Amino acid sequence: MTDSAIVLAEGESHFPPGIHSFDFADWFSGLSETALAHMFTTITMVVWATVAILIVFFLWAYRKPQIVPTKKQWMAESAYGFIRNTVAIDLMGKKDGVRFAPYLATLFLFIVLMNFWAIVPGIQISPNAHIAFPAMLAVLSWIMYVWVGIKQHGLAKWLKITVVPPGAPAFIYPLLIPIEILQNIILRPVTLALRLFANMFAGHLILLVFILGGFEMLNSSNIFIQGLSVFSFAMGIAMTLFELIVILLQAYVFTLLTGMYIQGSLAEEH
Amino acid sequence: MIHAAEGGAGILFPIWQEMLIGAIAFGLLCFVLIKFVFPRMEQTFEARVDAIEGGIERAERAQEEANQTLEEYRRKLATAQEEAAAIRDEARADAVAAKEEILVSAREEANRIIAAGHAQVEASRQQLVRELRSEVGNLAVDLAGKIIGQRLAGDADTTATVDQFLTQIADETAETSGAR
Repeated sequence: MTDSAIVLAEGESHFPPGIHSFDFADWFSGLSETALAHMFTTITMVVWATVAILIVFFLWAYRKPQIVPTKKQWMAESAYGFIRNTVAIDLMGKKDGVRFAPYLATLFLFIVLMNFWAIVPGIQISPNAHIAFPAMLAVLSWIMYVWVGIKQHGLAKWLKITVVPPGAPAFIYPLLIPIEILQNIILRPVTLALRLFANMFAGHLILLVFILGGFEMLNSSNIFIQGLSVFSFAMGIAMTLFELIVILLQAYVFTLLTGMYIQGSLAEEH
Repeated sequence: MIHAAEGGAGILFPIWQEMLIGAIAFGLLCFVLIKFVFPRMEQTFEARVDAIEGGIERAERAQEEANQTLEEYRRKLATAQEEAAAIRDEARADAVAAKEEILVSAREEANRIIAAGHAQVEASRQQLVRELRSEVGNLAVDLAGKIIGQRLAGDADTTATVDQFLTQIADETAETSGAR
């Protein structure tokens, strides 16, 4: 049994929240000791729900596209057109922009909806608060910009473009090249994953602090502390709104950076 | 469990089962959206651009056509006006010419008639003079013969005298007719 499962089973207080708050029990306890552990949890269920919602919505909304769009078609087009125009085409120009817009738009929609579960009542956990999902997406972004760069320029030329800063004197290369390798090839996916993960992790923790804290105060024997719990709940609501901004912003940042890395691989100079 | 077992840093190590689920789910999403939805959106965008640009182009073409027709009508109108003016001028010129011609022919006709009249009068006069000359001559001879006798008849000198006498008369007659 997991710690959180024990906590739930015994009905003890969840407060204060900690890293144990991010453990979700397997739905089928028999799987816990097998390779199928973690495959059927609230987290994975939410991931599947995200994918299902997006697929169903887009297939439904774009069943019969028309020149003059219906409302649902307009919504679907806006979601795609936002990333297509403000990220893909702005960064890469019309031709390459349209080429990469579908992936970037899918990425953005996936992250937004995954993040959004953080403030959906009854769920209030984003899968992106588990580093596995941001890491998976960052690895895909890494593969994509490395692959695009090699395909565009060939391995040697792409490496030169990526790790040799133009205009620097040759004697400083021994210093600069390791830094560039670290920065452009190793740290890019790491920072992509960590930025998204940490934001969603912290967001979840903050919501837990205020909401669970509110309940903790309400359970207090002191009437004064019970009254103060109102402020804790109010902060919980305020933080939920704040979280909404973080949700959109982090999804946009992840998509934008992926787009910039791909653009860097396509360009002649970096 | 994992997190607790590895301490706080455990949260930074991804659970491979979750990565697998995430990759499959995201792969499925990418497959459906990139294969079936977004290309159709691009098609729709293009069709929309075509529709708008086509509409503008059609409107421009219609406008141009209208302008051309208008221009043509104006040109035709101008030509027609010019033609009408030309016809009018021509008619006027024709009328003037016809008038001149009529006047000229009328004048000629008048002159001709007058000339014919003159000629006729002259001819009549000549005839009269001729007739008178012979008659007057005969009369005078007869008269003279009666007066001075039968002998004088047929004498050449007498004839010359008579002629001289008649010429004198004719001159006098001409003088009187010229004074008339």
